[in-house]
Amino acid sequence: MRVDDNARPTGQSEAVPDEGGQARKAASRGVVWRSPSALIGGVLVAFMVVLAIAGPLIWGEAAERIDAGAILQGTSAEHPLGTDNLGRDLLARVLVAGRYSLALALAATLIGAVLGTVLGALPSVLPRRGARLVTGLVNALVAFPGLLLAMFTAVIAGLGARGAVLGIGVAIAPGFARLTQTLAASVAGADYVAAARMLGVPRRRILARHILPNIAEPLILTLAQSLGGALLGLAGMSFLGLGVQPPDFDWGRLLFDGFARIYVHPEVALGPAALVALAGIGFNLLGDTLARAAARSSAGRQESARTEPPRAEGEPDPDAVLEVRDLTVSFPGDSTPVRGLSLTMAPGEIVGLVGESGSGKSLTAAAIGGLVPYPGTVTYGRLRLGGADIAGMSGKELGTALAMVFQDPMASLNPALRVGGQLSEVAVVHQGMSRADARRRAVDRLGHVHLPDPAKQAGQHPHELSGGMRQRAVIAMGLMGEPRLIIADEPTTALDVTVQRQILKLLREVVEETGAALLFISHDIAVVGELCDRVVVMYAGRVVEELPADRLAAGAAHPYTRALIASLPDLDTDRSRPLAGIPGTQPAPAQVGVGCAFAARCALATERCRTERPELVVHGPHRRVACWEVTS
Amino acid sequence: MTDPRTDARPPETPPEIPAGAPAARPARTADRTAVRRALRMAVRRIVRFAVSLAVLLTASFAMIHLIPGDPVRASLGPAAPIELVQQRTAALGLDRPLPEQFVTYVGGVLTGDFGTSFLTGEPVSEVIAARLPNTLTLALLATAMALIVAVPLGMWAAVRTENGRNRGTEVTFGTVTGAAVAVPEFLYSIALVAVLAVGLGWFPPAGKDGPLTYVLPVLALSIGSIAMIARITRVETLRELGTDYVRLARAKRLPALRLHLRHVLPNTLTATLTMGGLLLTSLIAGSVLVEYVFAWPGLGQKIVESITQKDYPVAQGVILVYGAIVLVVNLVVDLVLGALDPTSEIKEVAA
Ligand code: SF4
Repeated sequence: MRVDDNARPTGQSEAVPDEGGQARKAASRGVVWRSPSALIGGVLVAFMVVLAIAGPLIWGEAAERIDAGAILQGTSAEHPLGTDNLGRDLLARVLVAGRYSLALALAATLIGAVLGTVLGALPSVLPRRGARLVTGLVNALVAFPGLLLAMFTAVIAGLGARGAVLGIGVAIAPGFARLTQTLAASVAGADYVAAARMLGVPRRRILARHILPNIAEPLILTLAQSLGGALLGLAGMSFLGLGVQPPDFDWGRLLFDGFARIYVHPEVALGPAALVALAGIGFNLLGDTLARAAARSSAGRQESARTEPPRAEGEPDPDAVLEVRDLTVSFPGDSTPVRGLSLTMAPGEIVGLVGESGSGKSLTAAAIGGLVPYPGTVTYGRLRLGGADIAGMSGKELGTALAMVFQDPMASLNPALRVGGQLSEVAVVHQGMSRADARRRAVDRLGHVHLPDPAKQAGQHPHELSGGMRQRAVIAMGLMGEPRLIIADEPTTALDVTVQRQILKLLREVVEETGAALLFISHDIAVVGELCDRVVVMYAGRVVEELPADRLAAGAAHPYTRALIASLPDLDTDRSRPLAGIPGTQPAPAQVGVGCAFAARCALATERCRTERPELVVHGPHRRVACWEVTS
Repeated sequence: MTDPRTDARPPETPPEIPAGAPAARPARTADRTAVRRALRMAVRRIVRFAVSLAVLLTASFAMIHLIPGDPVRASLGPAAPIELVQQRTAALGLDRPLPEQFVTYVGGVLTGDFGTSFLTGEPVSEVIAARLPNTLTLALLATAMALIVAVPLGMWAAVRTENGRNRGTEVTFGTVTGAAVAVPEFLYSIALVAVLAVGLGWFPPAGKDGPLTYVLPVLALSIGSIAMIARITRVETLRELGTDYVRLARAKRLPALRLHLRHVLPNTLTATLTMGGLLLTSLIAGSVLVEYVFAWPGLGQKIVESITQKDYPVAQGVILVYGAIVLVVNLVVDLVLGALDPTSEIKEVAA
């Protein structure tokens, strides 16, 4: 399992936000099928199928047996759901009607599917004009309530089962058409379709050979869901007297008859109603499950986290702004993206935390800010901010003492709220300022980060600001309180080069003015070397080297750090060409073995490196390194 | 204007070391272009509306002519004398050439003349005028009810089940709402009548006569929608809770209530409003069956009656009105959304 730089385990952030599926880790098909809704849906649908097959065989005779002595009765021991106007047992009739109801629904669904698929696939093979016409028609029809379409069709086709089935088929068609259209459009744009077209394959053949097979699976899922819809729709039509006519009967027709007697014998109507409802629920839940199973093919396991007890050592450093000892972040599934990290920062110090994506640097920041997402567990020997234990700090203290800046300034600002409002919020909530005072301070802070017209920008929404201005606004937001520590997680990655420089300059200014410490997280060792006082290099969840930034170019000791620096372009390198990276990939957090995590990519690796892990040890003034070849 | 980051999250994988120069981002469009774009979008939507309306009008005109056989004969029954059928046909203008009939029809509809009922001789426009308000009241009340109950419910479920917390709640919520969505309005209606009206006698079973008679129809219409909107709100809220600005708001240690009401709710509102609009149209359709069950004097009851009695002019007029309402609601939703959400138009262009 890989942990990406947004500090979310795989399978969460990428998951399609479907119903109930968001952020669920147990994603394998097996687990989907074991959920209660799948179970209930499966059982109900199986019951309906059995009923459709066996119902008429078992109760067929009872359903037609006329008993002049027992006309229009209510519930009795002999007739649990009562009898109809000819004295026929209603329970038997309800059970028998299942076959006809399901058969009609199946017919309507097939009509709808065929009609819709053809309608939806047409635009991808028609000439432009015709395609637009069909697309427009489908769009108009989709917006139209199905029942009205069904009624319209039924008026033309005539009352009765045939009209109702046609009507429901027509009502279902636009949904299928829209789905097919979307899918077909994406497939039709694919290379192999273009190739087939160039080779002069006839349109009909393209449709049949290339387009339809690729969209079959989602179509089948929709088919299952539509079946439930058709069943309910037909029941509705028959219930209104627009569908099945006597002497035939489906559930809707039984409802129609039963409803006329509801004031005397409500149970007569409730029986068929319950079966229709159960069938509808069954198909819907099953359809949901099918859709969900299709949406997730990638699997992940959920296990309880296994964490080693952290150990604290030494006395707290009273002068440090930030003191972290043995910070470990782990996720279920034996994944430990941050392993025993320790870090101390002095006021006004700028520390760069570098590493490839997946090295655990962003999760380290999230852990310090208390923002590790739920299934993650954070343990530490010591975690102190400004001399106080973070665990004991109130939201107010932490909210003003710690400022965070994330990578994408657009995503960091709430698009629905004005910039000024988002800034002043902290002051209102935590510092008890009046709204007017808070706003004045917000404008002042915005000016502080060199926004050209702070009063105006405070009144604007984030989308009205440029990317650089937005990132300035986020920094200003951090300055609303009295930050002791600013954590900036890839703050310039989403910005272009010129703006990047300006933001770096601004961060340095802010540190100088406020005396806050800055933890600057980046994958770009060049930027880190330029901005920071000290550099901490992470690899596979651990710190592998720590050294003053000015020693980076000449004095890096760890093979990984050296490789990072070696891969940097110099002035002569052609910037437009892809740069040579370090061969190989970093091990995923769950796959870090016993030895040095870098061993697989390291040119100096020995047998010892693979079996024994090097500890981070002091290596010269202000320097620490974890490598056997360097320290022994 | 297709800035790929407009509503995207930060890339899942930042560039591997060493990074090339990050791509330059296009500058934000100034206010004026934004306004012009919004206007253009509005015009485009209105044109689309007009085209749909024309299609609808043609379809409702065509309906009466697509009926196999002679609609007048079908309506009056096989026993009616030929003279009566001919006289009716002439009175309705059905013996004229089609284009002429079409012009007359469109002209009539535009001046509020929807023809007269085969059966009662009443002008269809009067039937509609008398019944439309009842249908709209029902649909609007049900929509309001659904939104008021479902949005807080969905948000609550999202907050409780964020990141897979409280699996029990998530499973129960999913199963119950999944089942509730699947049951159509008319079954709720029947169950409510059977239990609360006939069984317990708490509410009148039918008719429109005082506030109590509203309770059951509104309930029957809104239960399914409550489940549906609650599900959607939950998914939307979960997505919001995962955004960077909510992380940042959390880093600011805002109180939970403020975080959810001020930072999360407004961003789920767009989806919810869209839903509200779509809901209103689906409820207007759903009301057909509910009105039938509760003998509610609205358009739905009339349309069923007119179809079973083969009173085609009434059916034609009512279907036209239903269709027009749906189109108008969709247009309004589109326009309101365009005005509310500065990014929706961008999505539209990109789509
Ligand atoms: S410990 Fe061995 S494998 Fe690891 S970096 Fe040093 S030399 Fe390479």
